[in-house]
Amino acid sequence: GKSREAKERKAHFIASVPQHPHADDAMIPNLSALENHFGAAAAGSDDLGALFSADAADQLALEFPTCNDFDGFQKATKEMVNNKKGTTTLSFIFDKGVIVAADSRASMGGYISSQTVRKIIEINPYMLGTMAGGAADCQFWHRNLGVKCRLHELANKRRISIAGSSKTLANILYSYRGMGLSIGTMIAGFDETGPGLYYVDSEGARLKGSRFSVGSGSLYAYGILDEGYKFNMSVEEAAELARRAIYHATFRDGASGGCVSVYYVGPDGWKKLSGDDVGELHYHYYPVQAAPVEQEMAEAPSAST
Amino acid sequence: NGLRSLRPPRSRRPRRNLIKEGRKRDTGHRTAPLRLLLQATNSGDSTTSPPSSPPSPTTAMSRRGDWVYENNGGTCVAIAGADYCVVAADTRLSVGYNILTREHSKICELADKCVIASSGFQGDIKALQKNLAARELLYQHQHNKRMSCPAMAQLLSNTLYYKRFFPYYAFNVLGGLDSEGKGCVYSYDAVGSYERTGYSAQGSGSTLIMPVLDNQLKSPSPLLVPARDAVTPLSESEAVDLVKDVFASATERDIYTGDKVEIVVINKAGTRREYIELRKD
Repeated sequence: GKSREAKERKAHFIASVPQHPHADDAMIPNLSALENHFGAAAAGSDDLGALFSADAADQLALEFPTCNDFDGFQKATKEMVNNKKGTTTLSFIFDKGVIVAADSRASMGGYISSQTVRKIIEINPYMLGTMAGGAADCQFWHRNLGVKCRLHELANKRRISIAGSSKTLANILYSYRGMGLSIGTMIAGFDETGPGLYYVDSEGARLKGSRFSVGSGSLYAYGILDEGYKFNMSVEEAAELARRAIYHATFRDGASGGCVSVYYVGPDGWKKLSGDDVGELHYHYYPVQAAPVEQEMAEAPSAST
Repeated sequence: NGLRSLRPPRSRRPRRNLIKEGRKRDTGHRTAPLRLLLQATNSGDSTTSPPSSPPSPTTAMSRRGDWVYENNGGTCVAIAGADYCVVAADTRLSVGYNILTREHSKICELADKCVIASSGFQGDIKALQKNLAARELLYQHQHNKRMSCPAMAQLLSNTLYYKRFFPYYAFNVLGGLDSEGKGCVYSYDAVGSYERTGYSAQGSGSTLIMPVLDNQLKSPSPLLVPARDAVTPLSESEAVDLVKDVFASATERDIYTGDKVEIVVINKAGTRREYIELRKD
């Protein structure tokens, strides 16, 4: 009932927009955000809608348990099921664009479940997202955001702004607030207004800023980042700062590690600048120095002579 | 999409008071186990069923303190090579200290070049594998070809995440050949985060097996720039031998692994299965 009304309202609104003589320039407002398909039908029902239809993107159909204590159930399943990421990610804006960097470790409690996680998601050639928190939550909603951004592009003939895409994500996460999602992400990229950087999390926050670090190792990364940050830097300098900050976070934070990936987003889109194994990076920052020999071992004079 | 309008209206997220309703209609009904099984496997729309229908499995479970899961143990391993993939799992099924059966297959051939092995809760595993197999059949009819392994990998991820708030208690490894004929392994957590890797172990013995596989097979990280070549340096028969070894070792120290290991090898020629006996104690 309600969603049909919303659809009709939308149809009426679009119909009432006067047709511009130059069709290319006509702005058709995308009102898909007005439709709330929150928690539609149960997944796995006999129709194919949820996964195979074209409008699956805004027709998510998550299934819920019918139990007495939803919160208790979520808490209990979280313990046994969730692959958490202890993480260090960071991103900052400087005069030539945005730098995004992250480690690559995933852990379940004390067990390292992967050392090769891609925590920097390539949403489109001009936009990156970082992942911290629940592995599946981040991966799924970033994939979902990628779909939404592409649909926006097709509907409006221009790329979505960083502000727009981060708000799309923030609105989705806000609609699931209190249900146990765990996501701390940065949406970084370059749009018509220049570089953009937003912090979005599953508690509903969405902050614009020029310097963020997220995850269990973020405190260590902030230490290096705040100390070395300048607005005017070369791309190489900025990348090195990011790499150093992530490396030192992996050094002190047990839940971060693996590889350090560094991306740069400029006016021409993103580029992966480096990916280094932390084990090798250690010897780059702390080269093995030949220690002066304190005492030479010498043959003891034999007692008989 | 003409079919859409014929479908019943989609329901919203269940309100909390639906739960009480579910409990009310739950009392007084005794449902045949077969009916429960059918409901559990063909859909999860317990919230959309009219009040006259029998209680859904979830409401029946909710009487027992909301807890619906059991861990049946088991270990799954997959190794990808240049032109083959080995997927293996033991055949023991246990609950606590009880061994319920010694020959329960955890491996399901979903498509001609795509095999899944799952450990965790047997009920969820069965439901999940049947669901995926059905989806693959529909895909065949709609596209006139079998589903590729990378496509199945994402389908599995989405299928798992669509039950994010009521997860399948299943830990999966998907193995097969990609569109270029190269071996591929995808490993998952229970709610759908996934990654393509060269080898993987899941389930109760994974913490015993994974370090051994790392030691024998670890290749440079795919995240490195400049990229380095990462191919599992084993031939097919060497990989099968390694799988037999790691299962024999895990059986020594994991009470949930044992009896037999079922090995499926996928290559150009198709798939072949073999069984190796493990300790029965």
